[in-house]
Amino acid sequence: MVELTIDGIKTRVSEGTSVLEAAREMGIVIPTLCYYPGLSSYGECRVCLVEVVKGNRSSLDASCAMPAEQGQVILTNSEKAKKARKLVVELLIASCPTSKTLQDMASNMGINKIRFKIKDRGCILCGRCVRYCKEQMRSGGIGFVGRGTSRKVATAFGVTPEECRNCGGCEWICPVCERACTANNLVNGLCGGCQNLAPVETCTVCIGCSESVGAHGHRVY
Amino acid sequence: MDRSLLEGNPHSVVEGMIIGAHTIDSHYGYVYVRMEYPLAVKNLGIALEQARQYGFLGKNILGSGFDFDIKISRGGGAFICGESTALMASLEGRIGEPRPKHIHTALKGLYNRPTNLNNVETWANVPLIINRGAEWYSKIGTEGSKGTKIFSLVGKVNNTGLVEVPMGITLKEMVYDIGGGIRGGKKLKAVQTGGPSGGCIPESLIDLPVDFDKLTEAGAMMGSGGMIVMDEDNCMVDMARYFVKFLTEESCGKCVPCREGLDRMLDILTDITEGRGKPEDIELLQELGDVIKEASLCGLGGTAPNPVLSTIRYFRDEYRAHVIDKRCPAGVCKALITFTVDAVKCTGCRVCARECPQGAVSGEKKQAHLIDQEKCIRCGLCRDLCTFDAILVS
Repeated sequence: MVELTIDGIKTRVSEGTSVLEAAREMGIVIPTLCYYPGLSSYGECRVCLVEVVKGNRSSLDASCAMPAEQGQVILTNSEKAKKARKLVVELLIASCPTSKTLQDMASNMGINKIRFKIKDRGCILCGRCVRYCKEQMRSGGIGFVGRGTSRKVATAFGVTPEECRNCGGCEWICPVCERACTANNLVNGLCGGCQNLAPVETCTVCIGCSESVGAHGHRVY
Repeated sequence: MDRSLLEGNPHSVVEGMIIGAHTIDSHYGYVYVRMEYPLAVKNLGIALEQARQYGFLGKNILGSGFDFDIKISRGGGAFICGESTALMASLEGRIGEPRPKHIHTALKGLYNRPTNLNNVETWANVPLIINRGAEWYSKIGTEGSKGTKIFSLVGKVNNTGLVEVPMGITLKEMVYDIGGGIRGGKKLKAVQTGGPSGGCIPESLIDLPVDFDKLTEAGAMMGSGGMIVMDEDNCMVDMARYFVKFLTEESCGKCVPCREGLDRMLDILTDITEGRGKPEDIELLQELGDVIKEASLCGLGGTAPNPVLSTIRYFRDEYRAHVIDKRCPAGVCKALITFTVDAVKCTGCRVCARECPQGAVSGEKKQAHLIDQEKCIRCGLCRDLCTFDAILVS
């Protein structure tokens, strides 16, 4: 067991638990995209950034890929972490504006304008599908191709490989295809439609307080 | 610089690695070197073969019972593969992309074994320290940075090339004593250090001692040891754009801040250099740069905004001139400059008129010429050809 402090509260978790899991166990909401329970952590999307305090210094790190360590001091909702997350979501929407998951996340964070050029790539390259295919389906039919901005998820040489069993798991686990935003007109890169109508994320230890996660996060502890 | 060491003195690297391996009781060593450096690969290969013949490598080295051998692994020329975990992934034959480093490579690195990774230049220093002692070595350099460093001094200086200098030497000595001053008697503007993701140090900090801490404090870094000297004809915004373009292409694309952030940074910088910049862009660049630095997965993203952040820090006026006044003070950004003929200086030699690829220069012999702004593509050929300094850039 290791003992760490998250948002000022001491907690004990078993070794190997990630900071994200430890925080979620306490009912602290940290947004995630590339993280998926049961898949290996990847640390791509950076929306689960938290502030790690070490003495007088602090740094940001992806909580999904960070193992909880003895004596760690974590701030999940500090200004620094929130500011970085907001900008990351802004960048994500600029590259994939049709994802409802992302639009909802932006609404939760109080983002009211996308200041970057919109380049719809239709994919946020979170790698959930790639990891699902490899780790859960034991197939490895898809993978990443290319580098930098030309990186994409594809099959080898663009041919459907024998390994692919057409299970559809890649589509099912995709945070973008899963819920496509159908809004026709984006205002400042943002969807102005259903964003505030439905509670979009509930607390993992939710006892049904019927409070949806607002712009300032949902505190349960 | 690592390439020159592998080409010129690979023995020192091999010797350093053997000493290191003996110290930590390792039996396998690798040198990861770009395939685009064929001479480095060839010379290192010769050095390894010679070491094996002399019994310095292989089984039972010099009868000591210690086994160690070195393999050369040729990389496909990816900038990202300089990052430790990406380098190891590439060495294993996987895609060269980094992983979160919560488990240090010293515990689980190459093939999940404890791995010690050091730079070529570091290894080359080891035999010197062993032979002459740590005390001798510590005498060279500064408090936090010991020994010497090889720099590639290039740009607008009279003497360019590779130089080995003691740590702590000032930029002034580098540029004026070793570099022989600025070419053409122009004024020094800045020195860019640390390779593409390094930063710019302005002329006002010319007395800065070159060591790890001081460079980092100034917003630059030691990095690979590249040192580009720039004069008043270099546009800082264009320079930042150039390096960000390189880094955007070299980013592995795994994490969002580096992949999308650098791409958007490049968009903004391109807009600024092409005259479409907005005043709020400077703040946005700064905000974006800070987040990319903090939020990226590896060292590439962690340093990539340096060229932009350091130029905004020291040359904010130049950014302002681009976005507010829509002019490029250095006369580099084509969309923001015009070429005109100084009627007093122009002798009417017709050289520029003859060579202009657009036929934009008109004028009779021995009479001042005129540049047709509609036809001019701002290539700058007329300025380069004019021996009377009669072409003005504004």
